[in-house]
Amino acid sequence: MRFYEYESKALFRRHGMPLGEGQVVNSSAEARAAAEAIGGPIVIKSQVLSGGRMKAGAVQFADTPDEAAAKYDFVLPIEVGGETARSVLIEAKSPVAHEYFVSVTWDGRRKLPVLLFSDMGGIDIEEVAETHPEHLSRTHFSTILPLSERIAKEAISSVGVSGGDLNRLVPIVYKLMQVFLQYDLTLAEINPVAKLEDGSFIVLDGHVDMEAEARGDHKKLLAELGIGDDETRLARPPTEFELEGARLNAVDHRGVAGNVVEFDGNLGLIIGAGGGSLTLFDAVRKHGGKPANYCEIGGNPSVGKACNLTKLILGKPGVEKIAVMMNVVSNTRVDIVARGVIKGCLEAGKDPSEVITIFRIPGAWEDEGFKILEKYGVEYCDRSVSMYEAAGRAVAKL
Amino acid sequence: MSIFITKDTTFIIQGITGREAVNLTRENLDYGAKIIGGVTPGRRGRDVYGVPVYDSVKQIAEAHGTPDGSIVSVPPRFTRDAVFEALENGIKLIVIVTENIPRGQVAQMVELANLRGARIIGPNCLGIISPDEAKMGGMGGPAANTRQAYTKGPIGVMSRSGGMTTEIASTLTAAGLGQSTCVSIGGDAIVGTTYAELMPYFEADSETQAIAIYSEPGGRMEAELAEWVKTNNSRLPIVAFMAGRFMDEMQGMRFGHAGTIVEGKEDTTSEKIERMEAAGISVAERIEEIPDLLRKRMAEAS
Amino acid sequence: MPGLFIDVKVADEAAKDTEIAKKLVEVCAVDIFAQNDDGSLRVVEENLDECVLCDLCVDAAPKGTVEVVKLYES
Ligand code: SF4
Repeated sequence: MRFYEYESKALFRRHGMPLGEGQVVNSSAEARAAAEAIGGPIVIKSQVLSGGRMKAGAVQFADTPDEAAAKYDFVLPIEVGGETARSVLIEAKSPVAHEYFVSVTWDGRRKLPVLLFSDMGGIDIEEVAETHPEHLSRTHFSTILPLSERIAKEAISSVGVSGGDLNRLVPIVYKLMQVFLQYDLTLAEINPVAKLEDGSFIVLDGHVDMEAEARGDHKKLLAELGIGDDETRLARPPTEFELEGARLNAVDHRGVAGNVVEFDGNLGLIIGAGGGSLTLFDAVRKHGGKPANYCEIGGNPSVGKACNLTKLILGKPGVEKIAVMMNVVSNTRVDIVARGVIKGCLEAGKDPSEVITIFRIPGAWEDEGFKILEKYGVEYCDRSVSMYEAAGRAVAKL
Repeated sequence: MSIFITKDTTFIIQGITGREAVNLTRENLDYGAKIIGGVTPGRRGRDVYGVPVYDSVKQIAEAHGTPDGSIVSVPPRFTRDAVFEALENGIKLIVIVTENIPRGQVAQMVELANLRGARIIGPNCLGIISPDEAKMGGMGGPAANTRQAYTKGPIGVMSRSGGMTTEIASTLTAAGLGQSTCVSIGGDAIVGTTYAELMPYFEADSETQAIAIYSEPGGRMEAELAEWVKTNNSRLPIVAFMAGRFMDEMQGMRFGHAGTIVEGKEDTTSEKIERMEAAGISVAERIEEIPDLLRKRMAEAS
Repeated sequence: MPGLFIDVKVADEAAKDTEIAKKLVEVCAVDIFAQNDDGSLRVVEENLDECVLCDLCVDAAPKGTVEVVKLYES
């Protein structure tokens, strides 16, 4: 879950990292007032989650409050990766002497956090890695030994930084490592951290990503930063259909019948579980089918949950029929899902035998499940029909 | 032969009185597992299907000797502590079933396991099965279902999805290809044991003649496997199934497991497929293609 | 609303017995049984379809007094 720049900086500020003067504004009048308060040259930065802000022209500079107000109006409508500004950050423009890059992330291979540091900040770090590998250090550190400044010192000095600069950089980098671990971040990055002409160091731009699984552990921080529970911060905001799916999945704790993602096709999908859903979604598309949604059922959801999910999908405009498919199940029960789906169809006023194109869930309690499907005239198959074939049969019925 | 577990492997279940753990206990016992005890603090003296419950791992070790392994099935908030407890009591093989554990905690568990010379499978996984030999975890569900899907034979299976492990095994079984050992490695971004880390074990297992894997978008695990295969000149032909191809067009959206988000080009299925094929791994587009591809690759290898 | 798939029939004498009622409420994991104010048994109709066919209720009551019926088998 990505933070906006102003949220990342608010987090950095709480941990005593050096930042310039700045203010989040939501109108050109506020922009003018903020510029007046700062006095002197300023930067106007669109607050978006996507990268490539500078290239898109969504970062501007101004010398006077009037100019700042005009530049506010200029950056506001600019799209960056399809996204427009949530708000605008007005900051003092500082005279920079040198820029550094520092980032902490996870290395899934070594299963350790890794600290990346470069004395060539401000530019694309992938490019530095390719063209000047000696200017980029990679330092892994332990998650069970006490965190120490030694790691930061090693990372910074190994690209050749020494003297007073080294000693001023160490605490900034060390604090970033602390923030990374303390808040279960998956990325904490400052690019650049700048040495100003007067020799001091400040964080010019930075962003952090928090692991979705850890949101519950950091409720207080998120509330203080004003990040709402319904903000998924994925590539696009959740739709009403997706939010309703999440609500229905939360009504009881038995299993999962949710993780709904909206698409605009005509075939509703009731599929599972994690890997099975990915496999089946691909299969439907391969057969030329147009899914109306992605979803996951698993962990043996209650009949009520499967029923609600079915009703939600059948009620989505444009959905003509549904397909109910999973990999061979061992924990989720075939009969329970069959009951839930059939009940959902009936409660939505549809005939299960008409609206369900195929039911392909083999595995635990399948004999019981097949009896139910038989009774309601629903077409079903066992494991001898592959997931791919089942998807083909579903698509052929539309 | 099998890797990691045999008929004689003893293990315990931490969190044994939980809803899922009770099921696991039944299913594993029915498959012949030697479960020597379970832990739920405050429940000492009870039993679950005849398995005695204790307050701590230490009590079990004192009463029955140190078990070979442990299945950890406790809520996410308590998982790290439970795993540390197992490690500090000398257990060398830990299967973590629990999902939704932040990766910082997973990293801590793995680090301690490395220090103690122990191995972690998971989290967010269904564990290990060596058909007809032993099972440690939820793979295949009830014993009868498990026997229907899994049969003994020459194929090693590694999978980031527990459910798809059973689908693949079932498909192999139907095609007359049994499995040596199947490992559900877990769907998270950081897992205790990756494909590449499993390879040396399969490599050393004389029964295993080829490998089938289930893979999906996100992470660098396939790239790591491809590298391993190239550098070690592996004797084992590998066939991979790649799911989630549609996600290549949907960067930054989350589908499936926690580990599947596509954040950069290296995370996409097309990039992974390219890397694996370059390393000589065959990539199947459908599950049902796996058996024929395996047969073909095994014939070429012999 | 009765169940679409499952019905649970309890003989009158068992339903009136507060001890049996209490036991049934305890064993059923999906809340198909509840007790009335006077302690007698009530079948919670809206939960009937959640029945997992575990037969714990059948085993908990005197033989033949509780019956779980699969409506899709008739
Ligand atoms: S069979 Fe089990 S789930 Fe069904 S009513 Fe009886 S106790 Fe409840």
